[in-house]
Amino acid sequence: MNPMIDRRHLLGLIAGIGLAVSSTVALAQEKFIVVASTTSTEQSGLFGHILPIFTKKTGIQVRVVAQGTGQALKTGEQGNADVVFVHDRVAEQKFVDAGWGVDRREVMYNDFVIVGPKSDPAKVGGSKDVVAAYKKIAAAKAPFASRGDSSGTHAAELRIWKEAGIDVKATGTGWYRETGSGMGPTLNTASGMNAYAFTDRGTWLNFKNRGDLVVSVEGDAKLFNQYGVMLVNPARHAHVKVAEGRAFIDWITSKEGQDAIASYKIGGQQLFFPNYRPGGNS
Amino acid sequence: MNTISEAFLLSLQMMVRLDPELLRIIGLSLRVSLTAVVLGSLIGLPFGALLALTRFPGRNACIVVLNACMGLPPVVVGLIVYLILSRSGPLGTFGWLFTPAGMVMAQVVLITPIVAALSRQTVADLWIEYEEQLRSLGLTPIKAIATLLWDGRFSLSTAVFAGFGRAIAEVGAIIIVGGNINGFTRTMTTAISLETSRGDLALAMALGIVLLAIAISINAAATTLGNTARRRQGA
Amino acid sequence: MHGRLSLLPLQLNDVGYSVNRQRLIGGVNLRFEMGPPTLILGPNGAGKSLLLRLCHGLIEPTAGDVQWQGPAAQTPQNLRFEQAMVFQKPVLLRRSVLANVEFPLKLRGLDAASRRAKALAVLERVGLAALAERPARVLSGGEQQRLALARAWALEPQILFLDEPSAALDPGATRQVEGIIGNIAASGTKIVMTTHDLGQARRLAGDIIFLHRGSVAERTPATEFFNQPQSDAARAFLQGDLTW
Repeated sequence: MNPMIDRRHLLGLIAGIGLAVSSTVALAQEKFIVVASTTSTEQSGLFGHILPIFTKKTGIQVRVVAQGTGQALKTGEQGNADVVFVHDRVAEQKFVDAGWGVDRREVMYNDFVIVGPKSDPAKVGGSKDVVAAYKKIAAAKAPFASRGDSSGTHAAELRIWKEAGIDVKATGTGWYRETGSGMGPTLNTASGMNAYAFTDRGTWLNFKNRGDLVVSVEGDAKLFNQYGVMLVNPARHAHVKVAEGRAFIDWITSKEGQDAIASYKIGGQQLFFPNYRPGGNS
Repeated sequence: MNTISEAFLLSLQMMVRLDPELLRIIGLSLRVSLTAVVLGSLIGLPFGALLALTRFPGRNACIVVLNACMGLPPVVVGLIVYLILSRSGPLGTFGWLFTPAGMVMAQVVLITPIVAALSRQTVADLWIEYEEQLRSLGLTPIKAIATLLWDGRFSLSTAVFAGFGRAIAEVGAIIIVGGNINGFTRTMTTAISLETSRGDLALAMALGIVLLAIAISINAAATTLGNTARRRQGA
Repeated sequence: MHGRLSLLPLQLNDVGYSVNRQRLIGGVNLRFEMGPPTLILGPNGAGKSLLLRLCHGLIEPTAGDVQWQGPAAQTPQNLRFEQAMVFQKPVLLRRSVLANVEFPLKLRGLDAASRRAKALAVLERVGLAALAERPARVLSGGEQQRLALARAWALEPQILFLDEPSAALDPGATRQVEGIIGNIAASGTKIVMTTHDLGQARRLAGDIIFLHRGSVAERTPATEFFNQPQSDAARAFLQGDLTW
């Protein structure tokens, strides 16, 4: 074997890889926006359903980074996304008030449900009163799996515990378990240890590894989950793609966008309910 | 048991069907990890050789740190690279966050210490054998680096493959830096992570089997080529 | 040799080498000039290999000094490039036979065409031309040592140090190696070589240095050494009494 020829091969390989790297960089020149959103919208399959329609119409690629609401807002604050699409009204309002986001609009809502084991140790099955159900779960010390990750879902879950007058941090007997992870992993954990869990309906409907879990509590108005969309403030981050970002926000709040949201169904069930009202938002 | 057999069946179907979506994910995984391996080797091999051949104050500390860095947790690397590439970070203007280029960078950080630490050992061993002869021929240790890297190529390929193995298998760094964007930064491992969180354990496992099959094929091909060449060289 | 500056003579002044206060070599005064091969004899552990390495500059003496007194010694590059060494166990690069010979020629700045021509010519002289493209490491022991000699020869050094070059070889391969060493000497290179093979010393030596326990016991022309050694140690060694 002639080492000279080997070296030439090696150089060729390196040159080829160099090209691959530069093409990787070049790819980033296409027309696109980055949307920081939540696992619930991404993993429920909603984006897979509606984004191709938007891209086809406008030629703008939408790159969705699915995170918890808290992390998604942080991503926007640091200027690493053009649009933020999340579900935590209080946190969103803070985000806008602090000047990180502009043009917030309410887009749609879905609802949360409490899932739990078929055996229903806390006897909450079929209830429509989520606060009462929480009290029973706590009284029965039935295992409960919480996200514990400062996501929008986690925030909503904690608000209800507060309303039920239960300090979960102080329970200390081990029935309340924080997984510190996303909705899916938390459901995996709940399924594994037959625990109750608080989840958005979209993720639940898409979730395959249910084991013995079924929906225990649903239909309470307190389980209402509003989604909002906003542009990252270009005054704070000059590189934000204002035109493309606004095009997305305009489209998702247009009749076409709202209809697209309504038309997404799993097993005949509609997951998200469009509710944009012009002038009705901050 | 049910899930596992289902997963094997599913993975076989995937490999037979060659679903374009799957091919794209595999393609990105390979492109990112191979690029990272080449860049990591271009840095790690000479650096490892340099550490093997030179003596300077703080060299031992350097080696200890390097060996420790072989075990860097991918999430930590992911987080650091995220902060560096973030728009508010020092390299924010590149716009590399949530792109394959950023993922490559994170994996280069993961791989380079492995390649450097393993090649340091290899080159040090080779230097014991070659030192007198090379010095007799008029080479200083620094000038001998290229010669030693070339003559150690068969053993050094092990270091490079260890780096590749780490890159192709890790998820912690690229999911943070890449964002697991569908059709753009989704790789085999981030897809597995996603399907796991969706509770589709069979699909996740099937993807895992496909990943394993790819990794085994690549390593087998490289090992066969390397052994043939090594035998011919009598090395 | 083409009007090159001379590196020789080599002068060792009271050279010593100790490790952890243990003296391995001491009080060595020697002078090497152009001429027939000098062979260094002595029992195992006498310091023969060490002496070669001190001369070649692979190790620094802990006492005394090694002086190259010719004008070529003025530049470090000439000092290094005008001498060569072949080791008991040849160290061959993991490349082809030809590439092994070309390698040091490249270091000396020869262009690819002249490297190749020179390497092929010297391989022809050692009988390895037919194996030029073969990986060096698969050669037999004798072939490997001939290749190591060819690699050194191609450099046309003014002085060549050989450390027991045929110690591990069978009689046939040893004869071939000796033939090559004779040819290198005849081409104008000063040979300084260690051996424990008395027959080989008789066949090759112009003069003999006898080392005993790290010191020079005697230095005498070869014929005189074998007929009438001056030191007791050498006499005992020649009679086969002395193994240490």
